[in-house]
Amino acid sequence: MLSYILSRLAMLALSLVVASLVIFVMIEMVPGDPASFMLGLNAAPDTVAALRAELGLGGSPPQRYLRWVGGMLQGDFGTSYTYRAPVAELVTARLAVSLPLAVMALTLSTMIAIPVGLYAASRRGTAGDWSVMGLTQLGIAVPNFWFAMILVVIFAIQLRWFSAGGFPGWDAGILPSLKALTLPAVALALPQASILARVMRSSVLEVLGQDYIRTARAKGLSQRRTLTDHALRNALIPVLTIIGLQFSFLIAGAIIIENVFFLPGLGRLVFQGITQRDLIVVESVVMLLVFAVILVNFLVDIAYGFADPRLRRR
Amino acid sequence: MTRRRLPPSLVAGLALTTVFVIAALVSLVWTPHAVEALNIAARLQPPGGTHFLGTDHFGRDMLSMLMVGARTSIAVAIVAVGIGMVLGVPLGLLAAANHGGWLDDLVMRGNDLVFAFPALVIAILITAVFGPSAFNAILAIGIFNTPVFARVTRGGALSVWTQDFILAARVSGKGAARISLEHILPNIASLLIVQGTIQFSLGILAEAGLSYVGLGAQPPLPSWGRMLADSQTMISFAPHLAVLPGLAIIATVLGLNLTGDGLRDHLDPRLRGRQ
Repeated sequence: MLSYILSRLAMLALSLVVASLVIFVMIEMVPGDPASFMLGLNAAPDTVAALRAELGLGGSPPQRYLRWVGGMLQGDFGTSYTYRAPVAELVTARLAVSLPLAVMALTLSTMIAIPVGLYAASRRGTAGDWSVMGLTQLGIAVPNFWFAMILVVIFAIQLRWFSAGGFPGWDAGILPSLKALTLPAVALALPQASILARVMRSSVLEVLGQDYIRTARAKGLSQRRTLTDHALRNALIPVLTIIGLQFSFLIAGAIIIENVFFLPGLGRLVFQGITQRDLIVVESVVMLLVFAVILVNFLVDIAYGFADPRLRRR
Repeated sequence: MTRRRLPPSLVAGLALTTVFVIAALVSLVWTPHAVEALNIAARLQPPGGTHFLGTDHFGRDMLSMLMVGARTSIAVAIVAVGIGMVLGVPLGLLAAANHGGWLDDLVMRGNDLVFAFPALVIAILITAVFGPSAFNAILAIGIFNTPVFARVTRGGALSVWTQDFILAARVSGKGAARISLEHILPNIASLLIVQGTIQFSLGILAEAGLSYVGLGAQPPLPSWGRMLADSQTMISFAPHLAVLPGLAIIATVLGLNLTGDGLRDHLDPRLRGRQ
């Protein structure tokens, strides 16, 4: 097990190095100099040079790369040109919105998907099963940002139960903040829940076809007890993998949904970075997002190693 | 052998998809009204009347916009799937032919890495460097498609490699490259077609998302995602502006997904009856 973890860790480190190189090279290709961009056309050359040094733009590309990566390892993500604030501070503030949003969406989709998938599998071939399959097929096809807009029309504009966008901040209280994140989380959870429910259904059906289920039924266990005691736990393993794989889609979805609801999260930070040519923000936030995805996949791998000993010997 | 009946999902999916492909093709030669024609006097008309599906805030005809939007979406998604296949399939074949070797490892690890960049994050990077455009959206979705096809190809190819007729081909002196092209590829073609349909529908969704946040097709080129973004501020008094492009996206994606599922059921007898 230890060697399995070590090999996965090495893979994690290698992935991060390559990812950071790719991101750095892409950002280096951007034409124009941020310092002269900030100071305007009439700036004196020595002022520009001073600002370049202050922003950490001096030195050769390899030096800049090492400084960027070294800084990140110590929690220093550079300084934003436009906000005149450390990127790390901006990111921490924005994470207070993005992270709860992602967690809420993930929880919601899992809480919907597992019972629904279990229900469809246990009623296979009935009208209930067919409606679940139809609805989830539809749920996968609905773009989450469009669903978000429709939610706003119904629940914010018509019924006035929720606000159409914005975020009061956690200082304003937990309840108002959670309320502001509810519609975005529902919009984000819909396609996820649809996919997960389908995976759950086929996974339960797969398990129900196994011999040990027949044994459990033969020894007199009710259909319900067989499902909850034997089928459920084994059926959850593929579902967990898909949750891990879906994580990157969740992040991508969150970036768009934050724009629908004007939530001050990481997604909006990146878009503002792009429109204002604040490249250090784009560079660092993209790196963080990729790091999150790589880390989640690493954790799924490790969890799998614990669950299935055969994988460790690969 | 009696002919098998086509699965209902395949029939329904193909019917839906065909409607939008035809709409896109017709838009090349004819639209009910010119999409560049601004007519402020006739703006925000509800569906019905001279404009069958109403007009937008510039008085442009919604039906015409939706038809051209279909063309944009389908073109972007098809080219992106093409890029993914052209890059991914050879990589997958290569990995399978070198199964267990360092090349296999390299390809698969590279795959994992690209997979860690969601299409949107790739698009963000590309946009930050080259600026937003439909072309860059294609590139981003195409890059994202590559590892998917590499993985599916490798998985399918590995199981074909173990079969007896491959052994026969090797004994007859064919090299790995020729076997991959002449024997493996035809045997996994149906797998690739099914995956292609699924990636096609994901591509339509991705293009809509990218255009919605302004990283995809740029005005004046109509695209469903852009139409949705434009409609956002007017949704309370002109809901048709938001509802129609949304329904177009849903119907197209649904059609493609049903086609993919139906094709898989139809082409793979082992899966029949199971979902």
